[in-house]
Amino acid sequence: MLFLLVTTLLKFVFLVLLFIMPLATLLTWMERRQSALTQDRLGPWRASFFSIGGKPVRLLGLLHPIADAIKMLFKEPFTPASADKRLHAIAPLVGYVMALVVMSVIPFGPDIPTSILPFVSEETIAKYPVVPLQVVRLDAGILWMFALASLGVYGAALAGWASNNRFALLGGLRASAQAISYEVALGLTVVGILIAFGATEPSAIVNAQNQAGGLGLPLWGILVQPLGALLFFIASVAETKRTPFDVPEGESEIIGYFVEYSSMGFGMFMLGEFVEIVVLSAVFSTLFLGGWDLPWIMGNDSIWLGFTTLTPDSVGVGTFHLVHMLLGMGIWGAKIFFLCALQLQIRWTLPRFRYDQVMNLGWKMLLPLALANIFVSAAVIWWDPSLTAMTVLGLGFIGLVILVAVAGPRRRTAHADHGHGSHASHSTDSHGHPATSH
Amino acid sequence: MGVVRVRDRVEYSLYERSFVPEILRGLAITLGHFFSNAFGNKETRNLQTVRYPEEQRVYPARYRGQHRLLQREDGSSRCVACYMCSTACPAYCIHIVAAESPDNRIEKYPAAFEIDLLRCIYCGLCVEACPEDAIRMDTGVHTPPFFTRDDAVVGRIDLLSLMGRAGTAPAYGAQNYREGKPRGA
Repeated sequence: MLFLLVTTLLKFVFLVLLFIMPLATLLTWMERRQSALTQDRLGPWRASFFSIGGKPVRLLGLLHPIADAIKMLFKEPFTPASADKRLHAIAPLVGYVMALVVMSVIPFGPDIPTSILPFVSEETIAKYPVVPLQVVRLDAGILWMFALASLGVYGAALAGWASNNRFALLGGLRASAQAISYEVALGLTVVGILIAFGATEPSAIVNAQNQAGGLGLPLWGILVQPLGALLFFIASVAETKRTPFDVPEGESEIIGYFVEYSSMGFGMFMLGEFVEIVVLSAVFSTLFLGGWDLPWIMGNDSIWLGFTTLTPDSVGVGTFHLVHMLLGMGIWGAKIFFLCALQLQIRWTLPRFRYDQVMNLGWKMLLPLALANIFVSAAVIWWDPSLTAMTVLGLGFIGLVILVAVAGPRRRTAHADHGHGSHASHSTDSHGHPATSH
Repeated sequence: MGVVRVRDRVEYSLYERSFVPEILRGLAITLGHFFSNAFGNKETRNLQTVRYPEEQRVYPARYRGQHRLLQREDGSSRCVACYMCSTACPAYCIHIVAAESPDNRIEKYPAAFEIDLLRCIYCGLCVEACPEDAIRMDTGVHTPPFFTRDDAVVGRIDLLSLMGRAGTAPAYGAQNYREGKPRGA
């Protein structure tokens, strides 16, 4: 029991204090730097607390998150007189905590055999043969994830309601409507993965993805279920309430559900948004990118390093599992970092959807496509349970998207010839009906 | 009267409404900027930011900076206190007190010549109006920061002490930058 407590606590500390929080803090800096460089600006680089040899130490502006935190902490936490004091105080915590709890079922590395750990008795080894690098190994892990991710929107809804401010309420309503709409698509896209891998336990899904597929490719979710991956990614961006789905916030129109928050209350919402990005990236990488796995290099009992191959026999069981664990965790982190950076870049690429566009996209595009994905996947897997046909289909889909993006038709500048006779470029819409005539 | 042109809403094709290819193209553009700015060399970088106190932008030659009064060769002001500049000034920021000049070839000189830099809009009309080429805005200096409003009022002595930018005319014996010879010398 003590063993279980200690290992769980260690895993928890690693995840929250050494991974999520630092990464979320780093993302606040990255968001500003990355957007700046994308827009040919420089971004924050000036903050400095000390100098070495007369030159201030600036570390590319990496000290800005610290300066921001200090600023946030020393501002006045203001509660409007007519606000619901208690709800107003707990609302920032709700979304934040829910996002963190989702992380508990994400596997962040391979299993470690208990026998290589120090200070462990024989009976403990017999009782707990492996230590999973996962805070909780829950059979209904996927359901747990989505249940708690859904609860996260209570944070926004409560903040909007408790502030007693019309803009906040509108933001909270938009946030809840959007989250509920996209959770439908989010849940349904995962069904494809569940069909393909036949498991609802996240580490079982990761292990299933690590098997070699029929084409010499790993069975990663993104190859088996590319449409599912795409829909899941879109829906998860919508869940984080970031551009192009930032209507709940819409800083140029309603400011959003946190309009009445200042000081660290606002800071919690802001950081919570980044925590959500990290968490949903982790979920995405678990379901679609093989979690901590690195195909062709990391096997269960061999690691190929180019010049040599490590096996438990060649370097000893302890060293091997240490390397295996660190490599797995590093790869897991790298995948999440990549996905976070991609989400930041998407924010600085796209404009905001209108509210009706958000709803149309969610209900009329993502939902039917997710349903179609389930039926097609189920049919293909029924025909070929080895997933080879699925992979071929998936590769075809990815190739098609890339081909269309590179060689697809481009619309001429918006209205250049609209209504002036030259209808050759877009006189019919996709269904072959003539476009509205003038 | 304006003409209202009603346009039909653009019908997007299914391909465009799927957004994905267009988003990939957009990402290619923004990522191109990001990588060329973050990891590129001097040629590929396109950063517009000037790190101000350390770096300063070179102003164009005709930048209208803080005013200065030009001197004659004996060090006295070229200004003859004709009030043309203060009359032309749309912000009413020039205050002149005329006095009789001891030199009998010259009628008047400014006993006080003050410019309130907080009121000045740096339009350059005073320079245009001056018949003596006595006031110019070619110092290339910003309005300096002030701690009190009184500090913002710059008097004759200060104005006379300012120099033109390096490479432009010195305070006296100057070429007229419009045309021809120095006047009033």
